[in-house]
Amino acid sequence: MNPLLEARGLNLRFGAVDALLDVSLDLYPGEVVGIVGESGSGKSSLLKVLAGMQGADGGCVTYTDAVGTDHDVLNISDAARRRLMRSEWGFVHQNARDALRMNVSAGGNVGERLMAAGARHFGKIREEAAHWLGRVEIDASRMDDLPRTFSGGMQQRLQIARTLVTRPRLVFMDEPTGGLDVSVQAKLLDLIRSLVADLGLAVLLVTHDIAAARLLSHRIVVMRHGRIVEEGLTDRVLDDPQHPYTQLLVSSVLAA
Amino acid sequence: MNIPVNPVAEQLAGYNFAYLDEATKRMIRRAILKAVAVPGHQVPFGAREMPLPYGWGTGGIQVTASILGPRDVLKVIDQGADDTTNAVSIRRFFGRVAGVRTTDRTREATIVQTRHRIPETALREGQVLVYQVPMPEPLFRLEPRVSETTRLHALGDYGLMQVRLYEDIVKHGEVATAYNHPVMVNARYLMSPSPIPSFDNPKMHMNPALQLFGAGREKRIYAVPPYTAVQSLDFEDHPFRPIRAPHACALCNSTESYLDEVITDDQGGRMFVCSDTDYCAERRGE
Repeated sequence: MNPLLEARGLNLRFGAVDALLDVSLDLYPGEVVGIVGESGSGKSSLLKVLAGMQGADGGCVTYTDAVGTDHDVLNISDAARRRLMRSEWGFVHQNARDALRMNVSAGGNVGERLMAAGARHFGKIREEAAHWLGRVEIDASRMDDLPRTFSGGMQQRLQIARTLVTRPRLVFMDEPTGGLDVSVQAKLLDLIRSLVADLGLAVLLVTHDIAAARLLSHRIVVMRHGRIVEEGLTDRVLDDPQHPYTQLLVSSVLAA
Repeated sequence: MNIPVNPVAEQLAGYNFAYLDEATKRMIRRAILKAVAVPGHQVPFGAREMPLPYGWGTGGIQVTASILGPRDVLKVIDQGADDTTNAVSIRRFFGRVAGVRTTDRTREATIVQTRHRIPETALREGQVLVYQVPMPEPLFRLEPRVSETTRLHALGDYGLMQVRLYEDIVKHGEVATAYNHPVMVNARYLMSPSPIPSFDNPKMHMNPALQLFGAGREKRIYAVPPYTAVQSLDFEDHPFRPIRAPHACALCNSTESYLDEVITDDQGGRMFVCSDTDYCAERRGE
């Protein structure tokens, strides 16, 4: 099987700081890869570079789309990148307010991606939006309400519905459970896990929450100071960490 | 058409023909040519100070001044009427600074400058309709960044506007834009038709006349060349519907024209009359 997304030798500097140092990564269809590390380790920069939202100083990123065409993500045109973002990719932000239109109803938020992709039948757009709100457990009666009347957890679920409505193949998630309280986090993780399994999504998940990474990812990549220090199957990395930094990271998780 | 130079009107001394200097006219004509070449695309131009305030038609008046020739016959309407302040003063302005013949008759005019209406009388080839545009950007209010709206136009990414229509249907059961309803020009660019009633939108489609749009404050010119497809945005199951008051004109009895509601007293008395005064007068045989 060929990888969906392939990164080779990525380098990125912010002034004197190395955000990425010779980072290589493969992501296969249907695979969930967690990128963990402390703040400033370069994990969010890596996600942005992989999604083409940020350039790199060196290296290359190749994405293979549904019909088998390769895209050079770092040198892609604005139009082609937007097309990928609309059809093949999804991006879940840490803060739902960054992704949602707060003055547009929940149904409109979900429908926006459909309309951007060319849907022009009001009834069908609404039906599809209702279906996806149902899948993320938002009551159909809230469909015409503004997202600002939603709780933080609901906003995050709405963002996920909005991302998944166009059935992307690859979803980038940047701390999707950040800023939510523990019980809401648990429910959200459960929801993401079942959706990802149902839809066979490939997911790149950036998180500093080791527990979330263990629950969702098949493979884990540990980053520190812009380098990948360790990678492997989730259970192997978390239960038998080899690199001293990974050992530190795993041992600093508080047991409840 | 062979129209003689108006022997009666005298051009005001001390002004260049049609007020603007020739270099400025050339700059504006270049913008107009580009706008005609890319239908619906907003072309920036260096709008000049004009002897009337922004919002009174500085864009339209500059476009008119640039295309006006001594043989042209000019008609100016404001909300369909020839006799309102804005129309009268712009018509007098060109009568004085260009010495051109002016008219109230849509049929006789070669150039019609308009604010917020398209004449009821069908336009023909060779005529030019100049719109006064307050806000040329149709995505204004939806996307505050000009750099971003430019990008959305470049990529033809108009999902945002469709979301607004979606929200209208959710809130009001129908698309609630009674005027300035956005259109797709030549199946490529989203365009603001200036605040004409949605009743007039279908008239833009495949119109034999050249339609020019001038926005003075925003410094943009755009155009719909003759016989260009202009489609109002809608949904397949909520098709675009032009809105018209369900009455007949109290003066000429027309059931086809766009009507203004006029309050006649403070007892609740009102009447509906044609907004296009020339059309109404012609029907009454004046």
